[in-house]
Amino acid sequence: MNNHLRRAGLALAALTLATPLLAACSEDEPKLVIYNAQHEPLLEELAPAFTKETGIEVELRNGKDLELSNQLVQEGDASPADVFLTENSPAMSQVEAAGLFDELPADLVAPIPEQYRPRSGLWTGFVARSTVLVYNTDQVQESELPASLLDLAAPEWKGRISFSPTGADFQAIVAAVLELEGEEATKAWLEGIKANGTVYDGNNLVLEAVDSGEVEVGIVYHYYWERDRKENGDVSDHSAQHYFTGGDPGAFVSVSGAGVLKSSDMKKEAREFVEFLVEEQGQQILADSYALEYPLNPAVQLEGVTKPFSELQPPQVNVSDLDAEAVVDLMTEVGFL
Amino acid sequence: MCTGLAIAALTLLPLGYVLWTTAELGRDEAVDFLWRPRIGELLWNTVRLLLAGVAASVVVGVAGAWVVERTDVPGRGWWHGLLCAPLAVPAFVNGFGWVSTTHAVQSFPGAVMVVTLSYYPLVYLPTVAALRRLDPAVEEVATALGKGSWAVFWRVTLPAISPAVLGGALLVGLHLLAEYGALQLLNYPTLTTAILQQYATVFNGPEATLLALVLVTFCLLLLGVELLVRGRRPRSRVGAGSSRQAARTRLGRRRPLVLLGLAALAAWALGVPLASLVRWLVRGTSAGIDGAELTGALGTTVLLAVLGGLLTTAAAVPVVWLAVRHRGLLGTAIERSVYTASAMPGIVIALALVTVSIRVVPELYQTLALLVVGYLVLFLPRAVVSVRGTFELVPPGLEDVARSLGCSGLGVARRVTLPLVLPGLAAGAALVALAVSTELTATLLLAPLGTDTLATRFWSDASSIAYGAAAPYALALIVLSVPSTWLLARLSIRSTR
Repeated sequence: MNNHLRRAGLALAALTLATPLLAACSEDEPKLVIYNAQHEPLLEELAPAFTKETGIEVELRNGKDLELSNQLVQEGDASPADVFLTENSPAMSQVEAAGLFDELPADLVAPIPEQYRPRSGLWTGFVARSTVLVYNTDQVQESELPASLLDLAAPEWKGRISFSPTGADFQAIVAAVLELEGEEATKAWLEGIKANGTVYDGNNLVLEAVDSGEVEVGIVYHYYWERDRKENGDVSDHSAQHYFTGGDPGAFVSVSGAGVLKSSDMKKEAREFVEFLVEEQGQQILADSYALEYPLNPAVQLEGVTKPFSELQPPQVNVSDLDAEAVVDLMTEVGFL
Repeated sequence: MCTGLAIAALTLLPLGYVLWTTAELGRDEAVDFLWRPRIGELLWNTVRLLLAGVAASVVVGVAGAWVVERTDVPGRGWWHGLLCAPLAVPAFVNGFGWVSTTHAVQSFPGAVMVVTLSYYPLVYLPTVAALRRLDPAVEEVATALGKGSWAVFWRVTLPAISPAVLGGALLVGLHLLAEYGALQLLNYPTLTTAILQQYATVFNGPEATLLALVLVTFCLLLLGVELLVRGRRPRSRVGAGSSRQAARTRLGRRRPLVLLGLAALAAWALGVPLASLVRWLVRGTSAGIDGAELTGALGTTVLLAVLGGLLTTAAAVPVVWLAVRHRGLLGTAIERSVYTASAMPGIVIALALVTVSIRVVPELYQTLALLVVGYLVLFLPRAVVSVRGTFELVPPGLEDVARSLGCSGLGVARRVTLPLVLPGLAAGAALVALAVSTELTATLLLAPLGTDTLATRFWSDASSIAYGAAAPYALALIVLSVPSTWLLARLSIRSTR
């Protein structure tokens, strides 16, 4: 028995020794921990530039918007995170509602126009993405395309549409519909598109399905198609994007947010990171990167995409009004989740 | 004894967590969530995949074993190797191979086909071993009494090998219930994929736990069904009989057809995934492989595999020791509790550990130690099986003799017991290490900040359809799985001759 206890003890000792050893490879001094729900490649370009500029090392924990926001809420004060970045604003609102964000100085976020910041001033938008309808050009004529996103719930679109309801992107779009049209209309719309559509888990898959002709149209954000155009065009050569206009819910522009956490023990460095993110230099890096999202600092323009930011006609929605939890409840009720 | 109890408690943790959280939730809320069409959809998908996947795996596995073991098909050794080989291709890599070739597999029949191609070897292997061990005398008697070969197979051979087939079918069932990667790529939602989607939407909320409860219920039901089907019919006989080679059925004119069938199976189970891997590897190379990332992920994977293998085997020792040397209620109970964990899908174990660590031991949360504990719970049954095999062969008398000759307790362990059980320990550690190196679901949830394994890197690329970028990781995963597959293929045909 002694022997076995000892063996177990030895193994445990080996484990406890190995753990710090592994961690030591990367932990000479404290690093800024970023809970990152944004696309990894975007941060892989931005973070080194930030480190070069400030000397502050950065560590990323990657995940999905609501996965990380819920994780932050559960971790509370004990969270190792210093900065939280999302793809869409509802997850930011959730962390804000839990009272976990630290105030951002007004002059720090000043480069970002007011409508892309919450009224509370507890976090800021830094890039934005536009909702589009991507369609298969062999199967759908431009003239057939719907005038409104809400039309896709009509019977004539049965079996022809696709989207990714499990993703935070689509959930942000639903949040906008909910804010603009109210609960009843949103529920009816969700039921309609559920009856009409094919569900994929991931916007990439939606784009691929549309391009290969599996399904005629798909609800995604603009950069999936744009990105593939810039790369090899494998999954965009039989498709095009349709932008909704006139403030239609389908023209919704979703804001990616950044905030500093109250529990952070590196608040100064965390603020520096957010500052870098919204100022011209950081925004230019974002604009030049693979992300192809619209920078929100008016001094920087995204080049070489179908529609410049100034030509979009989004509905007026304040980021503070998008309610992630109401959306998840509604989508659970309808049966998407 | 204390160590044994602690380990048993650890392996029962996931089940306890699921029950506790559900109880905490309140009945109405639970019923509201579970009693709705979406859950019905998931259940229907899970059940029909389970039934069709297990049935197809049994048909393919038994037919393959019978052809290799009981007919005069040419190149039997080669076919045996080829039929085992799909085990070296993790199911999610197989799914990747198929889905990056054709979208047609994103359907119910497609999902059944892909999981069958991945998991039929779990039926094939024990069936081959059972056919070898079988004394052909009974079949010969049946033939002599005028039964045709088909009737002999149905009425004599099949009942005799049914425990092996059932055991394999149970394994396939448990794997299907726990499968995430392949089914996610095939866009086929089941309970397990829904749990991960819930996790991505609301982290570890009560909804994920409720789904986990349903999943665990399924796993336990499956164990129960297997026990029922196996029944109490005695299969023993007086006298061991002798396992000699049965007369092989002459295929005659059917030979080309059988060969064609075997070749088609190999082509679909191995050819398609490997060909698409090579295709993406070539394209991926032109796009540029990030060597540093690949070696980084490889290093982490090997480290985790070694740690997981050693620690799990070390934990298996007290469990086995209690079960073998202190046969009693407690020892047996501890060993059994370890086996229930084998019905626990990785996702449930991971959810349990995330919640418990956040609430009870926040220092452990997001650490490598917690990930390794997850592997320990997940793979302890494998280590116990292989350690137990050798422990039982050590006669206690040998230890008594050593002690009577003046050897101290520690000396006995070091000089007598250890050398005798070392092969079992090594095999256990190797099996666990290999399982760890291709684990996906639990790793996705438990891997600490910045820790990438081959499986998680592969997953982040494959699930965002960066197939070219995913290919090198897929290849590395296959290479890592080859040794254990080879070992299993050898063991299945060597054990009795």
